[in-house]
Parts: sequence; C-alpha cells; structure tokens
Amino acid sequence: MAKIECPKCKTVIETTGLVTVCPDCGADLRGVMEELAHTVAEESSGAFARDESMTTHEFIVRTKGLTKIYTMGEVEVPALRDVELDIRRGEYLSIMGPSGSGKSTLFNMIGGLDKPTSGTCFIEEVDMAQLDAFELAWLRCRKIGYIFQTFNLIPVMTAMENVTLPMIFAGMSSDEMLERGALLLDIVGLGDRLHHKPYELSGGQQQRVAVARSLANAPAIVLADEPTGNLDLQTGKEIIDLLKRLNAESETTIISATHDLKMIDVSDRIVHIRDGMIERIDEREDLDIEIGTIDGEEE
Amino acid sequence: MIDIDRMLAAAKPSEDDEIRRQIMLPWPEAFRIAMRNVTLRLGRAAITATGVILGIAFLVSVWTTNVIQDALEEEKPLAGLQQEAGKTEVEGGVAMMTEGVEEPGERAEGKARQVWLVVMSLLVCGVGITNSMLMSVTERFREIGTMKCLGALDEFIVRLFLIETAVLGFLGALVGAIIGHLIMLVIYMIKAGSSITAKMDWGQMLTYIGIAVVIGCVISLVAAVPPAVRAARMAPAVALSTEV
Repeated sequence: MAKIECPKCKTVIETTGLVTVCPDCGADLRGVMEELAHTVAEESSGAFARDESMTTHEFIVRTKGLTKIYTMGEVEVPALRDVELDIRRGEYLSIMGPSGSGKSTLFNMIGGLDKPTSGTCFIEEVDMAQLDAFELAWLRCRKIGYIFQTFNLIPVMTAMENVTLPMIFAGMSSDEMLERGALLLDIVGLGDRLHHKPYELSGGQQQRVAVARSLANAPAIVLADEPTGNLDLQTGKEIIDLLKRLNAESETTIISATHDLKMIDVSDRIVHIRDGMIERIDEREDLDIEIGTIDGEEE
Repeated sequence: MIDIDRMLAAAKPSEDDEIRRQIMLPWPEAFRIAMRNVTLRLGRAAITATGVILGIAFLVSVWTTNVIQDALEEEKPLAGLQQEAGKTEVEGGVAMMTEGVEEPGERAEGKARQVWLVVMSLLVCGVGITNSMLMSVTERFREIGTMKCLGALDEFIVRLFLIETAVLGFLGALVGAIIGHLIMLVIYMIKAGSSITAKMDWGQMLTYIGIAVVIGCVISLVAAVPPAVRAARMAPAVALSTEV
C-alpha cells in the first residue's frame, strides 16, 4: 500500500500497516509509519476540506420536530415527541435516559432504520424522508456505521467476513476488502482472530468485530446503541476507549445511546432524554466536577 | 495510534464518484453467502430439505408404481398371446379383464386414486416446505435487519433466500426422487422378480423423475418467496427488535 524506507538498513518496504518491523534488519518501523500516516492524513484531510467546501455544514445530523408514535392495538404510545436535536460534525454525543425513554427510537430515526411518524431527520442536510430505498441503503452502507447492544454479527460468518460484508455491498474489490478487513480488525485488536466465528469469540471480542464492521466503509457517523450494555465493566471500558480513540483520531461523529455512566467521561455532549423529549443537554465542560463522584457508583 | 489515520486515508478511495454511489451484491458473492448458510446451518437445511425429500419421494413412488404396473400389465396379455395365437393386443386386454384380474371401473378408480395421491403428496410437500421456509426466515429476522443496516437492498435479501431455497429444493427433490424410486423398485423386485427392471419403460421413468425434480424446485421457490419478500421489506429497526 505505502512504501517506507527502513531507518537502519535503508531497505524500501511496502507495508499495509500490519508489519511494524523491518523484514531485513528487524528495526522498529513504527516511527516512520507514524510520520507517513500523518502526511497521508494531512493530504486526505486537504481533499476532505475541498470536498466539504461545497457542502460545509456545522451540523452533521439535524432533527426537526421528530415524532414517533407506536400503535399497539388501540393504544398510541408516543416514543418521541417533537425532538429538535443538532449534532455537530466530529463530536462524541451520548444520548442518555432510562429504558423506555425513547433513546433507541431516536437512534433508529437518526440511523434511517425506521420512519418517523412526523418530522424529519437531516443527515448532512439531506432530508431522509425524501430518500428512496436505494439511496437509504447507500446512506446506511457508506455514511453510517452501526454498533448494537447485542453485537448482531452474522453468526455463520467469520470476523473477517462480517467486517467485509459492507464492503461487498459497497462494491470494493476483494483484494482491497481483505486488506482493509485485516487492517480494521488489527486496529480493534483482533489481528489474530480474523477467521474465528462469532460464537468462538467473547462478548467483548464480538463487539470489537462490530466496531471494525461499523468502520468498514469509513462512515462519517458511527451510531452505537448501548454498545456496552451486554459487556462487563472492563470490556465496556475498552469499547468506550476504542470509540473515543476513533472519534479523536478520525473525527468520526459518534452518537451513542447509552445509560452507561462511563460514557460521560468521554462524551463532548450528553443529551438527556425522558419520556420521548429532550430534558436537557450537558456540555462536556460543565460536567468535569460530576465525574469524580459518578465514576465510583457503577450500575 | 497511527492505524486510524491510515484507515481514514484509505477511506478516501481512488474510485470515481459513480462507482462510489453503487450498492451491489454480485451473484458469486450472493451464492457464496447463501451456500454458507446451507452448509453451516446443516440442521435447519436438513429440515427444509426433508420436507421436499418426503413430498417428492412420495410423488415419485406413485409414479414408479404406475410405470411398473404398466410394464406388468403389458406382460400379461403377452402371456395370453402365446396361448391363443392370433389375438390382437386389444383382445388380449379384454381377455385379461375377463379373467377377472380387474374390472374396467376398478381400473379407472385406481387411476383416479393415483392422481389423488399425487395431488396430496404435492400439497403435503408444499405445506411442509412453506412451513420450514417461514421458520428459517423468521429466525433470521435479526440477521436480515443487520444486513439492511449494512446497506443491503431488499432484493439482496430475497436473492440470498432464493439461492438458498433453490439449492435446497433441487438437492431435496433429487434425493427424494431417488429414494422414492428405489423404494418402489425394490418392493416390486421382491414381489414380481428382478426381471421387471428389464421390462420397465425407463424413458418414461426418467421423465417422471425429471418432472418431480422440477416440481420440487418450483414448490420450494414459490413457498420461499412470500416470507423472504416480507422479511426484506421490514424496516431494519422492526426486524432487529423482533424476538424469536
């Protein structure tokens, strides 16, 4: 993929980012690779900026009067009531609230997984209500990555196949797919478990595969619905750190529905939802004092 | 640390915009995924296939009986011909009937009963397959919802299920046809001697087996389409939240 020069023996090595030692002299290549990555990132962010100059939006997601009413028999149950929420590009947003408060419903609306009863949701100023099935699939495939509480890996596929599935839909060539799949699984720390099936992996590992899969087509937004809900504290923490790292390093917008208090620690903003309405929105700065006390009292 | 930067760098692919806007599931990939579902869910696949196998085996056994009995009936007038030379085949048939083997009415009734059996076996086969297809689609709602989240179009889901069912239907029908045929053949070989294999109309028999295999495939596909389409059309959120 990229050519780098070994600092010790001056051999030119082609690397995909997986090899970190020089095959000839065994020198550590990570320093050189990091430099290279920075240049590439700068170049690409340049391209990204150009791309954006046509459609620069501060808010990557905006909802307008979002309302969802579930009809259960004769009874109408409002899950969301007139939700107005603007989500900034590149922020780490947590949606918090007790179960049944409507946070998962909001998650589904933003992700285009369900249709609102009224109101609409804009992704990069595109009105999702106007999209046809094909465009919606395209959006889900390229723009949004999903992480679920129950991992939702395809049980008959290996970690690698799970991660490459969205790439198949995106029409990537199979060489590219395998390379990228290996890279992503390496990032989440499963470089040695590429060909394990989900049932051969622990919960935390499965969720890591899910994180890798959500990044398959380098989405602008990663939506995580209670990503730590089925994990123990330590593993949950690892997943949160992974998401935070992703958010910090790649400026992917992370939107996470959760009631895990550990999430507060890494969130830029926290939206509190109650009874289908936004109760209040906390900014990161205002929360610093709280964290010390909350950190101890885990659920 | 560097990996995510690199990943993002790779995320701005060299492909042009037109390619980037495509959503696809190439047939070879679809075939691979569907086959994986068959081979890895062997238990479920076996149940679906068993429905086809039983139905088609019954159908073919009825047809095999027909072919063998036709062969046996032809044999009898031949025997009669040897005794009373000069009689035409039709007269031979009449002679056979007058011997009290079968009344004409009984024979027509026999045919009617066979048609009835064939129809019944097809119905049983159809219901069985529909049932197991419904089950196998329902238990995979979550998977279907996940695939849609990953960017699958409705038709991809239907395509995967169709390939899977076509393969199961074909294999099931083939196995069923062979089993049904062999069972009846062995029974008649024991009853009437192994010489019947020489007298049977094999062309007719193979045609029947071919028809049975086609019927098996068609019934499987017809049974699989409605649940697959229904599942594919569900909103991903609904499919994901379905508990089975």
